Amino acid sequence: MTTAEKYVTAAYCVVFAVVLVYVLIMALKLQRLEREVDEIAEHLPTEDDAEEAEREPAGVG
Amino acid sequence: MSSPSNPAAATIPQVGRISRIPLPALAAASLVLVATALVFVFFVAPTDANQGFSQRIFYFHVSIAITAYACFAGAAWQAFRHLWKRDPGADLKSYVCVHQGVIFGTLVLLTGSIWAKISWGRWWLWSSDQLVLFLVLFLFYCAYFMLRFSVDPGPQRANLSAVYALFGVVLIPVSFAAIRLAKDIIHPVVFTLHGPNFGGWILVTYCIAQVALLVLAYTLYRLELSGKRLDGRLRELKEVLA
Repeated sequence: MTTAEKYVTAAYCVVFAVVLVYVLIMALKLQRLEREVDEIAEHLPTEDDAEEAEREPAGVG
Repeated sequence: MSSPSNPAAATIPQVGRISRIPLPALAAASLVLVATALVFVFFVAPTDANQGFSQRIFYFHVSIAITAYACFAGAAWQAFRHLWKRDPGADLKSYVCVHQGVIFGTLVLLTGSIWAKISWGRWWLWSSDQLVLFLVLFLFYCAYFMLRFSVDPGPQRANLSAVYALFGVVLIPVSFAAIRLAKDIIHPVVFTLHGPNFGGWILVTYCIAQVALLVLAYTLYRLELSGKRLDGRLRELKEVLA
């Protein structure tokens, strides 16, 4: 491999490394957003909770 | 992206149609185009008689530079739409365009330095107007982030960022014309007033690389924009639930 070939290979590797790092950062960010959506979903009332809330309280005695 | 009911989107139907292309299709197209470009760069394009093998950097270096200019121009266009039409999504689009432009600008400087090392024996030449003006353009857009994040989110930040992005676009023709106006002929001139300085397979390979990088940049732009919009909506939802 000549010096020119090494430098050209390095140039193309740099381009793809930068794009790869960018895509990885975006993937990590999307993972974080997914976790946040899950956290919000946990705090939302479920269908059972809604049914329970709709049920009228029965009088005792 | 732009909804059909959005009046701003209706005025630019071509952009509206492009923005409806699904992200996975764009990603696949980018992958195919970049792979095709690489095949052409290394196996189809002839070796340049003057520069030899090192000329093969040019296909991506010039394409990335044009893509960076396109990103900055896109940022200015969105900034203009924000200031003129008060399009609610234009500020975020402008910001993402600048971010993409800075990433591609970094790649221009890196690949250019590698090419300079082979051809000139030095990583950087301060005497070349083209190099210095591109660095000025790059640093100008890096400073955009300092301005943006020094102001609290809101209309003031959006307006200041938009004005800054609009001013920056002036530097693009200056940077592009610098090599043609400069006295020195250190940096090769790829495009002259009479058209490109090359033909045949070199031109075909350059065109494929240019399209590939523009599609790649647009894919990354859409990916980042989707992430930022999702982030913004989640914050709003959290505030409502809190």
